[in-house]
Amino acid sequence: MNNPVLRLENIQKSFGALVASDNISLDLRAGEIHALIGPNGAGKSTLIQQIAGSLAPDHGRISLLGQDISKAGLSQRARLGLARTFQISELALEDSVLQNVLLGVIGASGRVFRFFRNALKDQDNITQANTALSRVGLLEVAQKPVSTLSHGQRRQLEIAIALTLKPKVLLLDEPMAGLGGSGSKALMPLLETLKSEAPILLVEHDMDAVFALADRISVLVYGKLIATGSVAEIRANREVRTAYLGDEA
Amino acid sequence: MKRETMINAALLLAMIAVPLWAYYAGKPFTITLATKVAILALAGVGLNIALGIGGLVSFGHAAFFGLGGYTMGILASHAQSYSPLFNWPFLFEGSQNMLMIWGVTILVSALAGLIIGLLALRTSGVYFIMLSLAFGQMLYYFAISWPAYGGEDGLSIYVRNGFPGLNTLDPIQFFAICFALLLLALFFTHRLMNSPFGLALNAARQSPLRAATVGVGVFRLRLVALIISAIITGLAGALYADLNRFISPTMLSWQTSGEIMVFVILGGVGRLMGPLAGAALFIILEQVLGPISEYWHIYLGAMLLLVVLFARGGIIGSLAKRDAAHE
Ligand SMILES: Nc1ncnc2c1ncn2[C@@H]1O[C@H](COP(=O)(O)OP(=O)(O)OP(=O)(O)O)[C@@H](O)[C@H]1O
Ligand SMILES: [Mg+2]
Repeated sequence: MNNPVLRLENIQKSFGALVASDNISLDLRAGEIHALIGPNGAGKSTLIQQIAGSLAPDHGRISLLGQDISKAGLSQRARLGLARTFQISELALEDSVLQNVLLGVIGASGRVFRFFRNALKDQDNITQANTALSRVGLLEVAQKPVSTLSHGQRRQLEIAIALTLKPKVLLLDEPMAGLGGSGSKALMPLLETLKSEAPILLVEHDMDAVFALADRISVLVYGKLIATGSVAEIRANREVRTAYLGDEA
Repeated sequence: MKRETMINAALLLAMIAVPLWAYYAGKPFTITLATKVAILALAGVGLNIALGIGGLVSFGHAAFFGLGGYTMGILASHAQSYSPLFNWPFLFEGSQNMLMIWGVTILVSALAGLIIGLLALRTSGVYFIMLSLAFGQMLYYFAISWPAYGGEDGLSIYVRNGFPGLNTLDPIQFFAICFALLLLALFFTHRLMNSPFGLALNAARQSPLRAATVGVGVFRLRLVALIISAIITGLAGALYADLNRFISPTMLSWQTSGEIMVFVILGGVGRLMGPLAGAALFIILEQVLGPISEYWHIYLGAMLLLVVLFARGGIIGSLAKRDAAHE
């Protein structure tokens, strides 16, 4: 068994009396899609935030490729290859689609402090940005302001930006929410290919997608991880069925 | 060509044509007004980088403007009285050379920008506004209570500082110096807006979380933006002191911060030439309405209100409106 790419050990986080992450340990292995499921308010997004570094856990340790990154800040973790998409799109709305993706290219390269070079004419960067855009099928709208994109296109743009980071790990928070049946179907083959480039921690409510895509599933309820296992194991797990899937599953 | 580009070109042409006309028509006062516009616009160009591109609502830019002014005043007054500023650890004498004064101004403003940035950029929103204001007010009261350089009464410099090869006492030559610096700052801002730094700063204004999530260190980014902004506004302060041959704590007051912000907002926040349009309109209003009523600021206030309510892009934004539809 090779070492996990991402490992969480005993992550603890409370908001006042509310325990959002209750002693969570979890790992993400090379080549896998690890789905994180659970009811609304279970603490899935809170966990993603702590991994990405936008929220500090009260306790616990996070390591990427064996390196402890618990002390690293949000932008530092991004440069190390922790790429994340948001449940609610977080984009520079006034800027063009291309500019948003270029921001990723520039941020990942660490070459932000350049004052004279024209970022919109840097052919290397544009090529990288266009590659990411074409992978999610947004190349045609590259010049449009993000504010004119549909909800679904914004979700795709989030993924394109994440790809510019040359990710070691992808943290996807409900990438299919609001895409509709056909939108989700279109995204599935992409995630299927992406997982061999970087393992994916996938938060998702669409159970058909989760069962089709996931190699392993972890179930979070009230901040507690109640089960981790293969699709078949999770489907068969009584506790999971009562807590989340409902008995008909 | 985009409409905004044409408007920008027209503005710059007017800034050349008016003083030239005044020169041949023998109206030095008009040249002085144009010089004032150039200098105030320069102060606005500085603020526009922090406020317009970076979204950092600094209500303390008078601090940099005033520091530039006091740098000029202190260096020049020591040169006038042939007394060095200090002897230790090295001899530092006053100067009446603009290049020397600008060099020191750049250092002083950058340092002030660094200090206020380190303190205030940990906060955002209204706290940032208040901290920047507090910093400016601190310097203001310090200047008032420090008698060495005129205290409350300010300090006169009898001869305008020199520039190698030019006669700075000739209004048109001094105008040329100020306008050249303005052009330089505008050119720099233009390049900056399209640079990786500008792209990141602009994105961080819209969503700091987005910028940080792709590896951009937002704090450092904003700190550098504030320092650049401080330097440009500081240089404007040094020129303004030279224009008036006088410095006083007023340059450091919150009213001055407010006026610099008015240029930027009137002209168009984040627009390259916004500060120039705003400063020009400000001076024109002052000249036209000032003699009619001493309460002309009321009209200015009304215009500002209209711009904020109905024309977020300011003068430039309103005139260039069609661009957006064409894109
Ligand atoms: N910053 C915060 N301050 C206080 N409470 C918070 C904060 N962020 C999240 N919470 C609470 O923590 C709990 C977990 O929220 P979280 O967003 O992680 O849930 P989730 O599993 O992502 O839910 P959903 O499926 O609806 O996205 C919720 O009860 C939420 O109200
Ligand atoms: Mg969530």
